[in-house]
Amino acid sequence: MNDFRHTVYLDHAATTPMVPEAIAVMTEELARTGNASSLHGSGRTARRTVEEARELIAERLGGRPSEVVFCSGGTEANNLAIKGLFWARRESDPRRDRIVFSAVEHHALLDPVTWLATHEGARVDTTPVNREGRIVVDALRAAVESDPDSVAAVTTMWANNEMGTVQPIADVVAIAREHGIPVHSDAVQAAGYLPLDFGASGLDAMTVTAHKLGGPVGIGALVIARELQPTPLLHGGGQERDLRSGTIGVPLIAAFAKAVEVSVDRQAETAGRIEALRARMVEGIRRVVPDAIVNGDPEPGPEHRLPNIVHVTFPGCEGDAMLMLLDAQGIECSTGSACDAGVPQPSHVLLAMGYDDAAARGSLRFSLGHTSTEADVDALIAALPAVHERALAATQVRSTFGGTVRSAS
Amino acid sequence: MRVIAAMSGGVDSAVAAARAVDAGHDVTGVHLALSRNPKSYRSGARGCCSIEDAGDARRAADVLGIPFYIWDMSDEFADEVVDDFVAEYTAGRTPNPCLRCNEKIKFAAVLDRALALGFDGVVTGHYAQLRRAEDDTVEMHRAVDHGKDQSYVLGVLTQDQLAHSLFPLGDSDKTDVRAEAERRGLQVAHKPDSHDICFVADGDNAGWLREKLGPKPGTIVDEEGATLREHDGAYAFTIGQRRGLHLGVPADDGKPRFVLDIEPTSGTVTVGPREHLRVDALAGVKPLWAGRVPNGRLDCTVQLRAHGDEHAGFVDVGDGEIHVELRDPAYGIAPGQACVIYDGTRVVGSATIAETRRAAVPSTAARGPAPPPE
Repeated sequence: MNDFRHTVYLDHAATTPMVPEAIAVMTEELARTGNASSLHGSGRTARRTVEEARELIAERLGGRPSEVVFCSGGTEANNLAIKGLFWARRESDPRRDRIVFSAVEHHALLDPVTWLATHEGARVDTTPVNREGRIVVDALRAAVESDPDSVAAVTTMWANNEMGTVQPIADVVAIAREHGIPVHSDAVQAAGYLPLDFGASGLDAMTVTAHKLGGPVGIGALVIARELQPTPLLHGGGQERDLRSGTIGVPLIAAFAKAVEVSVDRQAETAGRIEALRARMVEGIRRVVPDAIVNGDPEPGPEHRLPNIVHVTFPGCEGDAMLMLLDAQGIECSTGSACDAGVPQPSHVLLAMGYDDAAARGSLRFSLGHTSTEADVDALIAALPAVHERALAATQVRSTFGGTVRSAS
Repeated sequence: MRVIAAMSGGVDSAVAAARAVDAGHDVTGVHLALSRNPKSYRSGARGCCSIEDAGDARRAADVLGIPFYIWDMSDEFADEVVDDFVAEYTAGRTPNPCLRCNEKIKFAAVLDRALALGFDGVVTGHYAQLRRAEDDTVEMHRAVDHGKDQSYVLGVLTQDQLAHSLFPLGDSDKTDVRAEAERRGLQVAHKPDSHDICFVADGDNAGWLREKLGPKPGTIVDEEGATLREHDGAYAFTIGQRRGLHLGVPADDGKPRFVLDIEPTSGTVTVGPREHLRVDALAGVKPLWAGRVPNGRLDCTVQLRAHGDEHAGFVDVGDGEIHVELRDPAYGIAPGQACVIYDGTRVVGSATIAETRRAAVPSTAARGPAPPPE
């Protein structure tokens, strides 16, 4: 059972291996001392590394250096963006107590928005999505235009982490801009896989994180327009534009910048190669499990979906049973659903897309990345028939048990 | 064998899994998520099912070097155990949810799923011994540690279930198990034992039921039918209960009074002296047999509640029911509890107590429900 030669890693959307260039930069920086806020030579050297990293990231993501605010990662960047903008905008005009966001946001945005609703009196407008997971633009427009003066911020993710579906950011920006409302986008999954240009997008704030594009975990950035001054979450030394305090993590930032440089420079090549692997995987899955349903937008391209995510529903199966059986063979994927205290919950993304509870539980997310190979895909396809058969049997046992029918028919 | 180790996060299941690994089995650790909202169940050291317990189970699996998963059995648990618990109390009976969980969840839903997924069986940290008999059936015997013996709550298991089970702790004392956990570097070595019912967060069954069922006012009466006080739910009482009756005035003879009978429809709770709790016969339904179905009359012993005494008696096996004559009377036997039948240390089977017959007491006529005559 455990005689697999190596791990077949198909969970790059959770985290992807660091690129060797980033490891090299980080290792080098770890050996150096110097607080980037210190005034002496070591401090200046550290500061220079940080600012060069900031310039590099800004340049590759279409922003200005002053717009890059380093923080601990996607969760913090999203919290800073939505809480900070809500607080600051409401303070300047108490009518602004509304947040317009989408039904398929990551928990790192969904939860702060929910918190603002329950603790800060925010009113929340949740934009519905279609069967592919794409927001209904007219619904967002209607929500904004019902009372534009009361909207503190609009936020819509660039690409969905479970489905890979790309959102119509340009449409969202156009609607909000008419009323001078700032727009934030969580671009954590898109960075490195799609061309991103913060300036051209018209966004006011954008979240990116290093560990999804070949950098280390624990560092990310909120790219945010200079004229916006969200209320900080962390108060202290005032590093990072007074928006985010805390000693600056020089090695993390240097490695983050290197990973951004490498992933953006290779983006077109990587996306093309991964798109081909994805096609191979989808074809293979459909061949060995004919009733499998590949979810999301079938069209390739940066307006449609990420090149690296394959989200599949296996009717009548439980995703966690398949995950366990694949894991036993060294093939690693995700159920694509959040775990609430260890108990797998049906994904709010699939439920928002109109899937029922059983379909939501019966889904797996395979995500490819820069180290993925045809051999990885082939290993999955080779293992899938037996795994599927067993998971189907296990689910049937369960669905008939005690008369409790839970699985899809 | 490829086996699932059910890991609660406690010391027993961790050591059981460790022993299964040592025995050469291919072990996968599984923690059962039994609550739809884990935050609502007991937390910390007092029971199972909390987030912390899941974390403890995971760390034990790490130390043993085995894969670990959480299986969501919350729907099954709610339907089969929690709903049943409420229904039984509503009907004036006293259920044992641990027994029910073993019958319907651990050795049914979990075992069935494990077998379907290609595993050969389930390992748990229960204290009971399995032995293969000459006819190749698997017998279950009481644990070596009589204080920890859990054969009573496993008395509902059938031969098919026993044949796919491993209880590696049955031949050990609890103190040795803790010492072994310590030796193995398991953090749970000193975690307190769990008690009470895992889904009743504060151990207050009556309060939990009151919240679930709402007030159901009724009266507490003496055996002559005189009202002693009102109560707000008969489910707060169990046969044989003495404490918490709050009767105010003492009985005429000054002796303590006990719950003798609960009438669920009217909510009338009858109290009386201890000797009226004496039971010398009972009827059981839904019998389950650990091995071959016996017939005729068994000369055996029975245990009538968890950690209760053994009583010698005769069991007559009928069709879907059993009748038990006790040679020495038992006290405070509550319908809904299990009657587990033993032949020496071996579990023969079990049934759910449906009715009891009060033993004749000198100077008082026998009253109360009696089992139907043969």
